[in-house]
Amino acid sequence: MKKWYIEKGDQGDVVLSTRVRLARNLEAYPFPNRLDVQSKKKICAEISDAVLSDGSNTFHRIDMASLTPSQAVSLAERHLISPEFTTDREGRALLLTDDESVSIMLCEEDHIRLQVMQAGLALEQAYDIADKIDTMLDKRLQYAFDERIGYLTQCPTNLGTAMRASVMLHLPALDATGRISSLAATVSKLGLVIRGAYGEGSSARGSIYQISNQITLGITEQAAIDNLRAITLQIVSQERAAEEQLLQNESEIDKIWRARGVLSSARLLSADEFMELISLVRMGAARQIFPLSMEKINELIVRMQPATINAASGQNLSPAKRDAVRAEAVRTALLTQGDEEV
Amino acid sequence: MLCQNCGKREATTHIKRVVNGETSERHLCAECAASQGYADVFSGFGFSFGDLLGGFLNETAAPQNQLGTGNRCRKCGSSWNDIVRAGKVGCADCYRTFYDRLLPTLQRIHGRIRHTGKVAGSVGTYAPVQEKTEEELREEKIEQLKAKMNDAVAEQDFEQAAKLRDEIRELEA
Repeated sequence: MKKWYIEKGDQGDVVLSTRVRLARNLEAYPFPNRLDVQSKKKICAEISDAVLSDGSNTFHRIDMASLTPSQAVSLAERHLISPEFTTDREGRALLLTDDESVSIMLCEEDHIRLQVMQAGLALEQAYDIADKIDTMLDKRLQYAFDERIGYLTQCPTNLGTAMRASVMLHLPALDATGRISSLAATVSKLGLVIRGAYGEGSSARGSIYQISNQITLGITEQAAIDNLRAITLQIVSQERAAEEQLLQNESEIDKIWRARGVLSSARLLSADEFMELISLVRMGAARQIFPLSMEKINELIVRMQPATINAASGQNLSPAKRDAVRAEAVRTALLTQGDEEV
Repeated sequence: MLCQNCGKREATTHIKRVVNGETSERHLCAECAASQGYADVFSGFGFSFGDLLGGFLNETAAPQNQLGTGNRCRKCGSSWNDIVRAGKVGCADCYRTFYDRLLPTLQRIHGRIRHTGKVAGSVGTYAPVQEKTEEELREEKIEQLKAKMNDAVAEQDFEQAAKLRDEIRELEA
């Protein structure tokens, strides 16, 4: 089945994807950090039964302990689960739809972490899907809820709506012109947070950032989403303007072509180098320096992450071998594309 | 600068959190940052900053009477100290048990303390506000008296201690 990330969505030149996550807990049990493996298994079974007994979505269940480390980390690289969920997997389970757009982590930090992903900017759609599944589950399970402070979560930072909405953005020009940190300071005043989606700290690999709502108590889901959407649209238009500006410069255009050249002919590509170059190529495609489909680029970014390459190959490749596999896959993808469009 | 966690290696990861204009900073080496989950920057979902939050709870919690720290959540057995130490709440009932003490923290994290938004269907099927029962008040009182009695014994004020012991017996009867 076609995965959600192969689609290109609204504002797709800058926005890669949208995610809405709801955290829920069952009233009857302590939060997962206070549960032993046996109790976790019992709760996973109870929630799985509730989800699977509803026929409107086709989930399949994955026991996290049954996966190899690569398979588990690959799920995190695809943002289907949190990195935390890849460690300490005993007793935890994941419910996933075939197109991978809806995932439900069981016994992560909270009993239920329901997450919906959509291509491009699609906050309303993603929330609607999450809301429907949540309402269905609410009829079958007794949620931990308090009228004063909302849905109760293990960490008080998630309390209230327990909704985290986020948008993944590609911001190469704002990054290149050093404007991310001032942007981060501005959005934090608006109750939002921006951080790198891959890699460490402020040096986000491939200039891919994630912006999300920070406040969950005292603000409705709708208001949080409207807020995030408005800010995202502003950042998108700033990024577009910055890209246009940047590409006035012949040497920047040269960089983009060179990046494409390396990706189309390299025999070894490390994850870092790949992310750096694909970021330039993506900007080139977004500003129509050359025809190249966004869908293909987005898919490559997902597929070329280290554990995802390992998981796809079914073995634990050495970093050097992995770099060779990555280079070949990228080359093939870019060359096929050229044949189609030239 | 050395890592604030291990104090051995050079700090290379600098974590700055701004919540409602309040800035907090931590400086960690790569290893400690990784072990505390900061290396994975896309961990925003399920982002765990237990110790950061622990400090937060400690700092912002309402002043508590010393004896109160002995209270435990009836469902999961967490004490307030457990929650502060782990930076994690034990169960739904902990929120009700320690509601008053958590409020200042919630105020600082979210800027607001009243939920608006979707309401669970289960509302009303259980008591959302857990008033202390007579039994609990009595237990609390006994606990306080016992602590006072121990203090009296420590100060060798046996007359006072005996008086308190009798009071405790009366309550326990």
